[in-house]
Amino acid sequence: MNVAATAPKFGQSVKRQEDGRFLRGKGKYVDDMILPGQLYAAFVRSPFAHAKISGIGTEGAATMPGVTRIVTGQELAATGLPPLPCGWAITSRDGVPMKVGIRHALAMDTVRYVGEPVALVIAETQNQARDAAEAVMVDYEDLAVLTDITDALGDGAADIHPDIAGNLAFDWELGDESATEEAFASAAHCVPLTLRNNRLVPNAIEPRAINACWDAADEQLTIYMTHQNPIGMRMFYAAVFGLAAEHKLRIVSPDVGGGFGSKAHNYPEEVVVAAAAKLVEGPVKWTADRNEAFLTDAHGRDHLTDVELALDEDGRFLALKVDTKANVGAYLSGSGSLVPTYMYATMLSGQYVIPAIHARVRAVYTNTCPVDAYRGAGRPEAAYVIERIVNVAAERLGIDQAEIRRRNFIRDFPYQTPLVYEYDSGDYEKSLDAALDLADYNGFATRKAASKAKGKLRGIGVSAYVEACGIGPSGKLARLGGGAGMWESAEVRVHPVGTVEVLTGAHSHGQGHATTFAQVVSDRFGVPIENVSVIQGDTDRIQAGTGTYGSRASVGMSATLRACDRIVEKGKQIVAHLMQVDYDTISFEDGIFSSTDSNVTIAFAEMAFAAHAASGFPTDEIEPGLVASSFFDPPEFTYPAGVYVCEVEIDPDTGVVNVASFCAADDFGNVANPMIVEGQVHGGVTQGIGQALWENALYDPDTGQLMSASFMDYGMPRAGGLPDYKLVFSGVPSPSNPLGMKGCGEAGAIGSPPAIINAVCDALDVTHVEMPASPEKIWRLCRERETA
Amino acid sequence: MGKISLEVNGEDVELDVADNTLLIHALRDHLRLTGAHMGCDTSQCGACTVHIEGQAIKSCAMLAVQAEGRSVTTIEGLADDGEPLHPMQQAFHDNHGLQCGFCTPGMVMIGIDIARRHNVPDAATVRHELEGNLCRCTGYQNIVAAIVEGAAKMEAQP
Amino acid sequence: MYDFTYHRPASLDEAKVLIDENEDAQPLSGGQTLMPVLRARLAMPGALVDLTRIDALRGVNMEGGRIVIGGATTHAEVAQNEQVREHCPALAALAGEIGDPQVRHRGTIGGSVANNDPAACYPSACLALDAEVRTDRRTVPAADFFTAMFETALEPGEIVTAISFAACHDAHYEKFPNPASRFALIAVFAARLGGATRLAVTGGGTGVFRWQEGEQAVDRGEDLAAAPLDEGRFTGDLHASTEYRIHLTRVMAQRALARIG
Repeated sequence: MNVAATAPKFGQSVKRQEDGRFLRGKGKYVDDMILPGQLYAAFVRSPFAHAKISGIGTEGAATMPGVTRIVTGQELAATGLPPLPCGWAITSRDGVPMKVGIRHALAMDTVRYVGEPVALVIAETQNQARDAAEAVMVDYEDLAVLTDITDALGDGAADIHPDIAGNLAFDWELGDESATEEAFASAAHCVPLTLRNNRLVPNAIEPRAINACWDAADEQLTIYMTHQNPIGMRMFYAAVFGLAAEHKLRIVSPDVGGGFGSKAHNYPEEVVVAAAAKLVEGPVKWTADRNEAFLTDAHGRDHLTDVELALDEDGRFLALKVDTKANVGAYLSGSGSLVPTYMYATMLSGQYVIPAIHARVRAVYTNTCPVDAYRGAGRPEAAYVIERIVNVAAERLGIDQAEIRRRNFIRDFPYQTPLVYEYDSGDYEKSLDAALDLADYNGFATRKAASKAKGKLRGIGVSAYVEACGIGPSGKLARLGGGAGMWESAEVRVHPVGTVEVLTGAHSHGQGHATTFAQVVSDRFGVPIENVSVIQGDTDRIQAGTGTYGSRASVGMSATLRACDRIVEKGKQIVAHLMQVDYDTISFEDGIFSSTDSNVTIAFAEMAFAAHAASGFPTDEIEPGLVASSFFDPPEFTYPAGVYVCEVEIDPDTGVVNVASFCAADDFGNVANPMIVEGQVHGGVTQGIGQALWENALYDPDTGQLMSASFMDYGMPRAGGLPDYKLVFSGVPSPSNPLGMKGCGEAGAIGSPPAIINAVCDALDVTHVEMPASPEKIWRLCRERETA
Repeated sequence: MGKISLEVNGEDVELDVADNTLLIHALRDHLRLTGAHMGCDTSQCGACTVHIEGQAIKSCAMLAVQAEGRSVTTIEGLADDGEPLHPMQQAFHDNHGLQCGFCTPGMVMIGIDIARRHNVPDAATVRHELEGNLCRCTGYQNIVAAIVEGAAKMEAQP
Repeated sequence: MYDFTYHRPASLDEAKVLIDENEDAQPLSGGQTLMPVLRARLAMPGALVDLTRIDALRGVNMEGGRIVIGGATTHAEVAQNEQVREHCPALAALAGEIGDPQVRHRGTIGGSVANNDPAACYPSACLALDAEVRTDRRTVPAADFFTAMFETALEPGEIVTAISFAACHDAHYEKFPNPASRFALIAVFAARLGGATRLAVTGGGTGVFRWQEGEQAVDRGEDLAAAPLDEGRFTGDLHASTEYRIHLTRVMAQRALARIG
C-alpha cells in the first residue's frame, strides 16, 4: 500500500520523470523506427522561386534500382486530394474575405518558392530514393520573382497567384481609427518609427519526419509523425483529406525533438507521404534533411511596420498607430492568417494604458517559404513594435526608459484593452522593480564607464512584454474566425493498486509534461509521483485533444486536475459506503479519506482497490472502476507578462555585440515547477537573442534562393558568447484556470529581442538598429558615430 | 569492403555495410543504436557525437568502414538499462540539462570528452568547448552547469 | 551519397598504387570537409583512398630546427603536441581553435592544406611560417602551393605527406569567426621570422595571401591602418562586405601583432 502522505509537488523543482530514456539514448523519435517492409521517400523540389511547370519526366527515374513508385501532383489530384486549407478566416477592412492562394500538396502547374515539393519518389532505400529524385526531369519556365514585401505590393508587381491582385491576401484592421487620429491631432508629441522584424527559421534539432503505413485489409492508416498536435492532425487528415475516416486513422507522435510551433502545422510533405503510403500499400518513411528544413519548415516573423506613438507633455501615452505588412510567403500556411492578426495586433497595447489604438495589417504573398507560428507567433512582433517605440519616445522626451514604462503601466485588473483582450491579472510595476533590482540598474553608469575605459561601448535595454496564452476559450476564438475548439482533455485512470495513468491531448516535446502533469496528480491524490504515468501522443490511446503550442499546457493540466477532482468525488462516495458513514462527513486530504463520524481512515490506494473489487458498495448506485475525464475550456486567455533588462558591450573596432548580462522578472502566475520553467525561459531568451543578433532567413531578391539555408550560413545561438541569465518569478495567479497558471513557453522569445535592441541603441546612442544586429551593421554605426 | 569488425560499447561486432555508409547509419540502422541522432547535413549540430577510442567525433562525418578495428562508444554504452547512470548523465538529470532530448546524447558524449581533456573545467571553458553542439531548447545554461558538475563528479570517482 | 569504393592502404606506396589504378580516386584524410560534401552529393569520386592509417603520415618531428607535421596528423594532435607547443605555440593554438573538438579529433593538417578552403586556418600559418608542403613527389614552398581558392599546386593523385614549418615564438593567430559557420570570416597569422614581419590573411574570399604592404609598413615602423590592402583579394557575401573584410583584416592584424609585442 502506498504511503499517502507526500510533500506537495506543485510549485517544487521536481526532477524530470522522463529524463532516463533520453539520457540513455533510448528516446523514440520517428526516424528511429524501421517498419517491416520499410520504403523510403525523397522529394523532387523546385530549384526555382517562381516558375511554370511545363512537364515532368519520370520515365528514367522510374526504372532505376529499388524505385517503387513516383508520384506527381496531377496523380495525387486525380485521387481526389484537395488543396491544403488555411484554418483561420480573416475578413479585410472592406468586408471581403481573405484571398487564399491555392496550395496543392504537390505543385501542379506552378511553383512559388524554392523547395516547393513537385514529386515524390519511393524506393527501397533512402539513397535509391534520392538517386531517383535527382533523375526526375522537370521542365520549368521562369517567372518573375518577388521576395520582399514592398516589392510584392509595388505598382506593376506580377501576381503570384491568379486572381489575387497585388499579391494581397487581406487588408485587415483592428481598433478605432478615428479615435486614434483624433488623439494624434491634439497630442503634444508624435513619435514615428519604421522597423522590420526579421524572418527566422525555427530549426528544431530533430528534423520533420513521417512514417506512414496503410493496412489494406482493415483500411486503416497509421501515421507516425513529428508533431505537436497528433489528435488535431487526425482530424485534419480525416476531415479534410478523406484518406480514411477518423476512426480508421491512427496518428502517433512519439518523442518529438523540439517544436517551437514549427511542428504544429499541416505540411504538404506529410500529406503527400501519407497519400503515397496508401498508393503503394506499404510503410513509407521520409525524414527531412537540414536543407529541406531550412527551405520548407514554416518560417517565422517577417514584418515591416510603421508605428507612431502619441504622448502628452508628461510622456503619457495617448494613442498608437500601427501599419504592418506581413510577408506570409508563397501560400497561407495553416495559421498563416491568424499569426499576423489576432496573435499580433491584439497585443499592441503592451503593458500600457493607451486609450486609442489602431492597427492595420496587410498580408502579402511573396515567392518565399510560407510563414506560420514560431515561438511567440505574432506576440514577439507586437512586443518588438511597442517596446521599441516606447524607447524611442523615452529618448525623444528625455525620460528614463524604466520611468516612462512605470508612468504608463496598467495597474487595475482585469483590464480591457482597446484591442479585444481583457488582461486577467498582473503587477507590472512589481516585475519592473524586480528586474531593475536583479540587473543593478542604478549601477549601470559605473559599468558603462568601466567599459569605456576599455574602449568598449556599453548599453542597457529594458523591455516589458505581455502575451496571451492558455488558448481557448473556444467560443471567443470562434467569434474571431477560429475553426476548432481550443479546450484540452485529460483522462485519469486509477488502477486497483493506486497507480495512476493520465492520458492527455497535450503533447510534450521538451516541456516536461510527464513531470508537471504528474505533480498535479501526485498532490491531488497524495500518491508518490513515481506512481503516475503521463501518456500522450497516440490517437488510439488518447480520447481527444488539441495539442501543445501557444504556452497552453495549463489548459491540459487544468483538465487533469478536474478529472482528478471527479475521481476524488467518486472516492468519497465509495468510502462513505466502506465506512458506513454519511457522504457529507467525508473529507480527503494528503491521500487519506476520513470522516468526522469515524476513527477509521482509508488511504487513496485502498479506495482504489475497493473501487475495482466492487464488493463494498452498491454497484447499482456507484459504477465499479475508477476512471474520470475532463474537457477543460478556459473561460479566458491567460496573460503572462514580465520585464527584461539586458546589458550589451560593443567592440567598436569589429562591431561585435556581447550580451554582458540578461535579467528576467516574469509573471507566469503560479509556477508548477520552477526548474522546468527556468529552462523554458533560458531557451526562449536564447532564441530571442538569436533573432536580435544572428539569425536571419535571407532570400536573394533576384533569384528567390534562400541564402542562409544551412548552419554554415544561418547564425544559430551557441553556448559560447552567451551569459548565464538571471531569473526571478514575480507571479500573480491567473483567475483563468484552477491552477492559477499563465504559461511560460514563449515569454523568453517575446520579451528578449526588444531588450537587446534597446540596449544596442542605448550603447550606440542611435534611434534604431534593425535585427539582426550583425557585426558589420554595428561596425558601420560605430564608424558613423566616430565621424559625427 | 563488405564485412568489417569493430568494437561497439565493449562488444565485438561484425557489420556488413556498403562503403558509402556513414558511421551514424551503421549505428542507427544496422546495430539499431538510435541514441545518436542526425540533426544536420553539414556536421555542425553534434547530435551524432560518439566516441572513437574515447575521443568525441561526429558519426555523420565518418564512414563506417573508417571505424574498422576501432572501439566505438555510444550513449547506450555509458550505462546499461537498470544500472545507475554515468555521472555525466546523472548531472544532466540533476541540472535539467535536457528538454526534448534530441541533442542530449551528443551533449553527454561531448561532455565526457570535455571532462577527459580538462579534468574540472569551468563554465567558460565548457561554453567554448560546446562549439560543435547545437541545442534549440535549453539555451545551454543548464547543459553548461551539467557538464561542469558531471566533470567534477567524474574527477572525484576512483 | 553516391556509390564509391573505399580503400585503406597501410603504406604510402600502396596508396599511390591505389590512386593510380582507380580513376576518379580521391585521397581521404580526416573527411571533415569531404563527408559533408559527399552527403550533399556535390562530388562523385569513384574511390576514396584513406590515408589516416599510414603511420609514415602521422606525428610531429623536429628536423633542423623546423617542425615537420605528418599530413594525417589531426588538429587535436597538433594542438596537444609538446614539440609544436614548445617551438611554435601559435601554431598549436591555431590547431586548437579549428572547427570544434569533434572536428579536431578527425580533421588533419594534410587534408586542410590540400583542400585550401579560402576560410581555412592552416593555410595562413603555412604562408606566415615559411612552410614547405611535402608530397609523395616533391617539396613545394607554401608561397607556390596555394594557387587559388580550393586550388593548389597538387597534381592529380599527388598526396600531401607532411608540412614543415619554421619554428617561431613570435607569432600569433587572430581569428574573427563567422557568426554562423565559425570558420574564419577574417583571420590573420602574424609572425616575426628572421627579423621580418609576416602577415598572412585567410577568409578574404579569394584564398589565403600575404599582406606584403602591411608587412613592410610594420617593418618600417609605419601605421598599419594606412598600409595599402588590395581590394581584389576580397569578396563580399551575406556575412560581410568587401569593405568590412578589409577593415577586419587591419584590426585582426593589429591585434595579432599586439599579442606578439
